[in-house]
Amino acid sequence: MDFYQTDLSQLHNDLVNKKISASELTKATFDHIKANDDQVKAFLTLNEDAATKCAQEIDDAGIAADQLVSGVPLAVKDNILTKGLTTTAASKILENFNPVYDATVVDKLNQAGFINVGKTNLDEFAMGSSTENSAFFTTHNPWDLTRVPGGSSGGSAAAVAAGDVLGALGTDTGGSIRMPASFNGVVGMKPTYGRVSRWGIIAFGSSFDQVGWLTRTVKDNAYLTALIAGNDKHDMTSSLKEVPDWAAHLNDDTSVKGLKIAVPKEYYDDLNDDVKKVVKAALDHLESLGATVDKVSLPRTKYGVPAYYILASSEASSNLQRYDGIRYGFRAKDAKNLDEVYVKSRTEGFGEEVKRRIMLGTFSLSAGFYDAYFNKAAKVRRLIAQDFYKVFENYDLIIGATGATTAFKIGAEIDDPKTMYMNDVLTVPVNMAGLPAMSVPAGFSEKNGMPVGLQIIGKPFDEQTIYNAGYVFEQTTDFHKKAPKLGGQN
Amino acid sequence: MMASKITKQQVEHVAELAKLEFPKDELGKFTTQLGSIIDMFEDLTAVDTDGVEPMTSATDRVNVMREDKAVKATKEETEALLKNAPDEDGGYIRVPVIIDESEDGE
Repeated sequence: MDFYQTDLSQLHNDLVNKKISASELTKATFDHIKANDDQVKAFLTLNEDAATKCAQEIDDAGIAADQLVSGVPLAVKDNILTKGLTTTAASKILENFNPVYDATVVDKLNQAGFINVGKTNLDEFAMGSSTENSAFFTTHNPWDLTRVPGGSSGGSAAAVAAGDVLGALGTDTGGSIRMPASFNGVVGMKPTYGRVSRWGIIAFGSSFDQVGWLTRTVKDNAYLTALIAGNDKHDMTSSLKEVPDWAAHLNDDTSVKGLKIAVPKEYYDDLNDDVKKVVKAALDHLESLGATVDKVSLPRTKYGVPAYYILASSEASSNLQRYDGIRYGFRAKDAKNLDEVYVKSRTEGFGEEVKRRIMLGTFSLSAGFYDAYFNKAAKVRRLIAQDFYKVFENYDLIIGATGATTAFKIGAEIDDPKTMYMNDVLTVPVNMAGLPAMSVPAGFSEKNGMPVGLQIIGKPFDEQTIYNAGYVFEQTTDFHKKAPKLGGQN
Repeated sequence: MMASKITKQQVEHVAELAKLEFPKDELGKFTTQLGSIIDMFEDLTAVDTDGVEPMTSATDRVNVMREDKAVKATKEETEALLKNAPDEDGGYIRVPVIIDESEDGE
């Protein structure tokens, strides 16, 4: 199955009209994955037996006519719990972990009749920007196999870009959906904090984490995000706000007339030249379609990375205390007493980057440093959020690049954590403020042919305006129709 | 803010708090890396945060309560949970001795 030839509605019609059965579709999907994934390595676990059985059951029961994902193969990032299906967060410490329940988002997808084809690779515990921190292997960018797919949802982004699936679930704590979307030329939406339940997501930075989709098209994304959104009694931060039918309200007249767009100079001026050229063309295009585009400033953008790495690491150091080798997960073999169980299991079970974050977080929270680091960063967080709100008093959307560069080479940055962290400079401020933001394919670098993403940031719970603008942009450009040629020149 | 250079002794102390261990030969490299990231944290001193309230969450919801009632797990759920335990015996999770006997009499 080549998903570049289709989208969710068309696939659904084919299923309803019996042009193809869910079983045939599932088999074709696994054939496609098996042909590609030796090179791309997007998947940690393939769920073939259960998926085949599930597809058969759906064929027997009939495709639900009002349910677009009924019988449709989709993938799930491996830090999202799937009952009975190994879930590792790409960590050795959870190598053999079998969840006893489904995450709320997976539960909703099951009820809608999706086919779970498998679990996608990520940076261990979603900490990283390249999937090189996976304890198992690095995913390769389908556009150029010598480059990273971005991270942490790199497996999900690569699976969509390689045409394995139409959509894959990701999580975004500091850019982990948008950045890989940009690097792989796919659509990636981080919804407003609180829009989607975090129940059953392996916690990293709980006040930042949010679940969302990587998809080929904006419309599929709008549909799939609405499907997993909404209040959940298991997640006290999940919002009570009604979830609009974003896909049904997309603008079909390809107009963004009157839309007020702010472009922060921090999201434009310092981009690499090849990226800047693409972003400029995209902004010119939106202007030509009737939007007003003004330069503004988000002056504290550069403080986002240090503040984020203090706060998210602090939350991580607390969240990851649960991995102690006692109740589940890896336990070191030669521990003589309880304290040694803790120390040896964690030391042997966690990878280098995870240990670094735990150390940074523990340090920032420790006696004598709390005020100077954690508390200071939390104050800066409020100022960063206020900068956004101020711009939104006069504008509908904030638009800029998703990242300053295109996908870098595997191995280029892994030994230099600080440089790696700076990849997130344009994505973390959005998580600090809890805003919704989407990366859409905006073109290709003239330097290396790699995809470039345009980041569209909206007001809290105003995903609709983001989807509308993204949809108009997509429908009036061709970038989303380009597919990578695996192993060939792009 | 305090001096920006973190020492090996501080790293060892933080590792102890975090229940992690770094072999002596890796400690130097790790300390340098951590130090350079903490140097970056120091950039925040340039931001005037006088009178700013810390922000620790982006949600508008507070104190959502549920009924204080235990939910009983089924036998299947308990078994599935125990299957994830590294060392299990008769429905219990087994752990090593809590006190190292070699420390007796110290």
